[in-house]
Amino acid sequence: MKHTISVLVENRFGAFDRVATMFSGKGFNIRSISIGETEIEEISRMTIVTEGDDKIIDQVVKQLNRLIDTIKVVDLTLTPHVERELALIKVSVPKGTLEEIKNINDIFRGNVVDITHRSVTIEVTGPPDKIDAAINLLSQFGIKEVARSGIVGLKRGEQTKIQKVKTLTT
Amino acid sequence: MTASEKISGAEIFFECLKKEKVEYIFGYPGGAVLKLYEHLYDVDFLKHILVRHEQGAVHAAEGYAKASGKVGVALVTSGPGATNTVTGIADAYMDSVPIVVFTGQVSSHLIGNDAFQEADIVGITRPITKHNFLVRDVKELAYTIRKAFYIASTGRPGPVVVDLPKDVIASKCVFEYPEEIDVRGYKPTYKGNSNQIKKAAEVISKAKRPLLYVGGGVIMSGSSEELKIFARENKLPVTMTLQGLGAYPGTDPLSLGMLGMHGTYWANRAVDNCDVLVSLGARFDDRVTGKVETFCTSAFKIHVDIDPTAIDKNVVVDLPIVGDVKHVLAELAAEMPSVPDTSEWLDKINDWREECPLEYENKDGRLRTEFVIEKISEKTKGEAVIVTDVGQHQMWTAQHYKYNNPRSNITSGGLGTMGFSLPASIGAAFAVKDKPVISISGDGGFQMNIQELTTAVYNKLPIKIFIINNSFLGMVRQWQELFHKEKYSFTDLGPSNPDFLKIGEAFGIESFATSNPQEVDSLLDRALSINDRPVLIEFRVVKEDMVFPMIPSGASISDMMVKRLNPKRMI
Ligand SMILES: Cc1ncc(C[n+]2csc(CCOP(=O)(O)OP(=O)(O)O)c2C)c(N)n1
Repeated sequence: MKHTISVLVENRFGAFDRVATMFSGKGFNIRSISIGETEIEEISRMTIVTEGDDKIIDQVVKQLNRLIDTIKVVDLTLTPHVERELALIKVSVPKGTLEEIKNINDIFRGNVVDITHRSVTIEVTGPPDKIDAAINLLSQFGIKEVARSGIVGLKRGEQTKIQKVKTLTT
Repeated sequence: MTASEKISGAEIFFECLKKEKVEYIFGYPGGAVLKLYEHLYDVDFLKHILVRHEQGAVHAAEGYAKASGKVGVALVTSGPGATNTVTGIADAYMDSVPIVVFTGQVSSHLIGNDAFQEADIVGITRPITKHNFLVRDVKELAYTIRKAFYIASTGRPGPVVVDLPKDVIASKCVFEYPEEIDVRGYKPTYKGNSNQIKKAAEVISKAKRPLLYVGGGVIMSGSSEELKIFARENKLPVTMTLQGLGAYPGTDPLSLGMLGMHGTYWANRAVDNCDVLVSLGARFDDRVTGKVETFCTSAFKIHVDIDPTAIDKNVVVDLPIVGDVKHVLAELAAEMPSVPDTSEWLDKINDWREECPLEYENKDGRLRTEFVIEKISEKTKGEAVIVTDVGQHQMWTAQHYKYNNPRSNITSGGLGTMGFSLPASIGAAFAVKDKPVISISGDGGFQMNIQELTTAVYNKLPIKIFIINNSFLGMVRQWQELFHKEKYSFTDLGPSNPDFLKIGEAFGIESFATSNPQEVDSLLDRALSINDRPVLIEFRVVKEDMVFPMIPSGASISDMMVKRLNPKRMI
């Protein structure tokens, strides 16, 4: 089963590599991974989609926790949470289909972010299955390129508590 | 040095080591660390031991750490100096040995340029360290070193690498050593969950056939005393992993010796038949479990470990307790509602003991490793520090040496690194002054770090260097005979082995050799009486012996081979 795991890591040289090395070294799967800044300057959030049975997921979470640079690991799949992904979809525009493509774009509340006479690039945001559906529908016109951001996710409700760092270096 | 005076990174480095009470550094100089060696020249609060290969430095640091319980320290240069440490670091990672390895690095502005003697050692060692650091600014140096020692020695111990660019060591700042340390992503759990412990106590007290399965964690956490009290008060039999040997006295009637692939018949039968298995600081590795599906299937399993990842990794257990074995054992002992009645169970185990003792042929006048080890055990009364290499001699030592004390069994278990023994015994000899330190290697492994003989001689270390020469890569030969159609492919060392006596003498070591069982006593007496320099004995043993019992890799206890079916002789 797929699990979405949210990991807060020290925003530090090598922290991302440590997580990636752990996954490859232990033979765990990464389906998607995204990383970005958070509300705290020295902390980044990684959202990792991985796959495996309960025993494997248990190890994934434990092994992530074991890394010194990880501050908090939450298996979002086990709690109420929101997941979003952004996709840029470059679609061909065969003659006379532009209106139809724009309609599909509207249904998915997408944005047209680039347009030429041969192609349009649409930006769609939403849960991953919505992106899948959009790509699926647009494929009848011919998909030229797709870039997906990977999932980002947050627990619903209260915020995760994080210990503040004392500045110990001078 | 005044509080606001700026000093160089090199000086800060040594101030930090002083704060960490480091007594010995095992190292080897080179371009990137010259500045450190410049200061080292005048440092008097610690001793630098010049090894003859950087792998030796790391194994020596490991030997020191395992024998003393303190953090072992190695210092090497960048590039090849750093890459030479990789095997030692991986070894320390597998066996959870607390060491800090300082590597030189090219100057910051050259990193990534394929500069002379540049290697990305932080990248290379990422999967084999507990943690590692590249120090990017001299202002971070002191805190990084503080963290390195803290991380290496707490929780489940392990190796930490600190990479020191040349310019960082040369730049200056004010030295300030943080007294307190707080790493927010690293909070080991020491105290076990009280409810779980209470439950464990209840289960154990009601058990009919309980068994303690003890690993290296008991030694590392210093809980041998707690273990003794707990086992004896409750009459619980104890079996140990290779790393656990020494945690409980080998001569005690409750000790079953080692379990697993080359464990005793009775220990493995006990594992197979127990109704409650209590794992203390062990990790159910494949050399212990064999085929997981058939390992100890009917017992209620309790697993105490400080590392949560060890739990449910290989074997799913019924009652996990995350915490320091020392705390947990003390609490467990206090919570026991009653003493279990194990007399019938202990009788049963004794029947197994008699059914299949550790036997070997000893009437034909030929020299055998088991006999040599038994003699060493007798002569030293189980009180020596024994440092083995990897192979048959290692397993025979585990079976026949009756370790009396924790920290007296030093061996490469997880990685199985040939060439470990000699340098590790050097580290141990710096930590232990009141007991004999004995290095036991095969003729194969001995040649893997043979250069460290110089280090032993130069430092006048009274190490007993014993070579068990069976003229073969014995353990591989055994597998070839049993599982690979007797194709002794590249394992016969006999024709090409050097003259070990002459080797010893060339290094200036008093050296002896024998193939006569009757000479063993007097040679051992001789070796044990030399206390101001190393001594070497080559034991020329039979070639064809095999280690039994043996549970083949990935097999079950029911597949145990107890002894050789058709003895053969290889001349
Ligand atoms: C560095 C390294 N290379 C290869 C091996 C594989 N190996 C395991 S045991 C063994 C044979 C060791 O022979 P020897 O040192 O003579 O000891 P013996 O088994 O004869 O006691 C070998 C080659 C290893 N463990 N470590």
